[in-house]
Amino acid sequence: MPENNDKHHIVPYKVYLYVLGGLIALTLLSIAITQIELGKFTVAGALLFAVVKTYLVLTYFMHLKYDKLYIKLMVVFVFAVFIVTIIITFLDYLYR
Amino acid sequence: MQPTNTNANEANYLEYQGKYKGLLGWILSTDHKRIGLLYLYSMMTMFTVGVLLGLAMRFELLAPGKTIMDAQTYNATFTVHGVIMIFMIVVPGLPAVFGNFLLPLMIGAKDVAFPKLNLLSWWLYVAGAFLVLSAVLFGSGTPDTGWTFYAPHSFKSGTNLLPAVFGAFVLGFSSILTGLNFLVTIHRMRCKGMKWIKLPLFVWTLYGTAWIQLLATPIVGITLVLIALERIFGVGIFDPALGGDPVLYQHLFWIYSHPAVYIMILPAMGAISEIIPTFAQKHIFGYKAVIASTMAIAFVGWLVWGHHMFTAGMSGTAQYYFSLLTFIVALPSAVKVFNWVATMYKGSINIQTPFYWAASFIFVFLVGGLSGLVVGSLATDVYLHDTYFVVAHFHYIVFGGTGFAFFAAIHYWFPKIFGRMYDASWANIGWLVFFIGFLALYSPMFYLGMMGMPRRYYDYLEEFHGGNILATLGSWILATGLVIIVANLFRSARHGKKAEANPWHSKTLEWSVPSPPTLENFDNEPVVDENDGPYNY
Amino acid sequence: MEHKIHTVQDHYDPEASKVGMWLFIFTELLLFGGLFIIYSIYRFMNPDAFHLAAGELNSTVGAINTILLLVSSMTIAMSTTALQKDRKGTAIILNEITVMIGIVFLINKYFEWGVKFDHGIWPGSSHLVETMSQGEILFFGLYFIMTGLHALHIIIGLILIVVTIRRIQNGTVHKDRAVLLENAGLYWHLVDVVWIFLFPLFYLIT
Repeated sequence: MPENNDKHHIVPYKVYLYVLGGLIALTLLSIAITQIELGKFTVAGALLFAVVKTYLVLTYFMHLKYDKLYIKLMVVFVFAVFIVTIIITFLDYLYR
Repeated sequence: MQPTNTNANEANYLEYQGKYKGLLGWILSTDHKRIGLLYLYSMMTMFTVGVLLGLAMRFELLAPGKTIMDAQTYNATFTVHGVIMIFMIVVPGLPAVFGNFLLPLMIGAKDVAFPKLNLLSWWLYVAGAFLVLSAVLFGSGTPDTGWTFYAPHSFKSGTNLLPAVFGAFVLGFSSILTGLNFLVTIHRMRCKGMKWIKLPLFVWTLYGTAWIQLLATPIVGITLVLIALERIFGVGIFDPALGGDPVLYQHLFWIYSHPAVYIMILPAMGAISEIIPTFAQKHIFGYKAVIASTMAIAFVGWLVWGHHMFTAGMSGTAQYYFSLLTFIVALPSAVKVFNWVATMYKGSINIQTPFYWAASFIFVFLVGGLSGLVVGSLATDVYLHDTYFVVAHFHYIVFGGTGFAFFAAIHYWFPKIFGRMYDASWANIGWLVFFIGFLALYSPMFYLGMMGMPRRYYDYLEEFHGGNILATLGSWILATGLVIIVANLFRSARHGKKAEANPWHSKTLEWSVPSPPTLENFDNEPVVDENDGPYNY
Repeated sequence: MEHKIHTVQDHYDPEASKVGMWLFIFTELLLFGGLFIIYSIYRFMNPDAFHLAAGELNSTVGAINTILLLVSSMTIAMSTTALQKDRKGTAIILNEITVMIGIVFLINKYFEWGVKFDHGIWPGSSHLVETMSQGEILFFGLYFIMTGLHALHIIIGLILIVVTIRRIQNGTVHKDRAVLLENAGLYWHLVDVVWIFLFPLFYLIT
């Protein structure tokens, strides 16, 4: 098996700083958005921000952007499995 | 294929002496082959306990009313029988023994990706087994909840549940680490030329199984932790008095435990997919279709868990959905059965013990699978849930499926593992006695279930007496068969005729090294040629 | 008979180690995932009670903890850059900052829980069980279990980072053998991601 060579790419400190900036901004925005009365969309809004933040952490901090495709596919797959599981469980509770 | 090892002086893995000597050299070994055998011996020990518990249950059920034990003892017996058989035998099952032993050999590697983690997996297995046994031997009484630990009884029961759920948790951790190890091994340690599309089907099934082990087990892990927390703190997560929903427990439990049955059966199917081509001396029919069906079973099997809960109080929508998906998941299994039979067609059949086991596997698997459709269909399940029909179904498909495949595998790979041939006459007699016992033990249960006999009861109505007598007699015949099989294997391991490298003329890589293999399996890393293949007969 | 000690794993495969850590992370995601499933079902069934109970939590402390963890993720990510540039000292300092932030997080948690205990609220407490509605009981049950399990993972992550710091100091982990640091980082980011979801679901739904 050929040795991986994605580690030859060194991520500059700045990139991590900018990502942190984005993450903090999104955190503050998510707090702000939940002050607004959106009813049942409040949770959705807060979760949406969480998802975007997670995407940033996965892509940059966890290095997925620079990793081989199969690792990215695995991550997507596992999240998909989890989402599908929640949806199916709700088939019970939503329609009782 | 040419044997790749020529150094006749190098010790085989059984005799090799490294840093530690004697017993320590085994229980501290990171050699995947020794670890496979450690699992084999510890699993055989626990299997014996599980069988004795099963025989005790069958003895109790020989006649209505109390025969040898009261209701509480009976409940404890079937609980421990289930916990042992599920968590210590069929879930670790073929991956722990044959996966560990054969995976590196089949892909041309020296060992798995993380050998020390592999040893830890076995130690966790042993620790889990001890924890479960401690629940039986000490404390306020053996757990009586069934292996399913349903809420609310599991957190209200006065019996000694904490060590049992903790033990199951530890066993789960062992399973997760094995799955993790196998996934990295298959991704990263295939030898030169061993592309994915040249992997033996057993390896493909180990791959699919490993994903299930990795992803499903944590969910039962957290669920067991919650039962423990419920018992210790009374949190209320599954307690209706505090707002919890016991059905939610069932969801979480079965989200793991249904995929768990695919952990049990996929490697079993993989072993059958190795044995049939070898004993038909013919290329497997539809190699890619078998791979696709393996992945389909692993994936779709994740989506059907609610079929264990049809009478629990789920919504109608959920019931319809789960029933539909259950029918869909049967399809890829049917593809495999078709492919196995098609492989035999116009093959040059070599009737040996592994082939007897493989052929009878197809029969019992078919019966088990078809009876699964009967309970998977919503309307019929309402009538059959929690009856002996279900008991027959899962023993056919798990004991029949995984069990028969395990026996097939142990005979098939016996020469490679121990360097000796087993006595074929006694092996075949053992198979026949076992098979007759199996049919006598479980077939009446289909009928008893349809007539309404409930499961997990120590007593029954007089009209069920005849079927129960037959089943108990069957259990004695089956046990006799087991004794013959195991005694023969034990004896043959020491005194059997020395085996050559490839007695069955198979094409997969493990047969290209001596029997038994040396410590590092291959002298030089094998190279798989473009024209080579695991089934190129 | 040969007696030399065979080391089967004599070549360094960082990709295998990395994939191994990712697979382990998947198990942790599913472990917490089970709890998130429970949360979502009970929240669906008890929307008002959850809303009410969430008001008892201090969202300022929650926000501070969130930002702390995000900063610590940045510092450990930066430490991998430092190590790749062979700046051993910088890498160690960045990891030490990460550890300190983690400890502050735990201290905040300790006080948060302390406040709850002072008000008679803990898993299965009589005040909880006897005076609160079922939805509130479930909310607090889940709160303690999920933040507790998360805190346990913080502790595990801190231990892993401390071990890594030691190995950077003694030279076992270095520019060409950096996978332990990268994997410790991955684990720490996982702990961060879990909190990214815990924060809005427990603190922001008022």
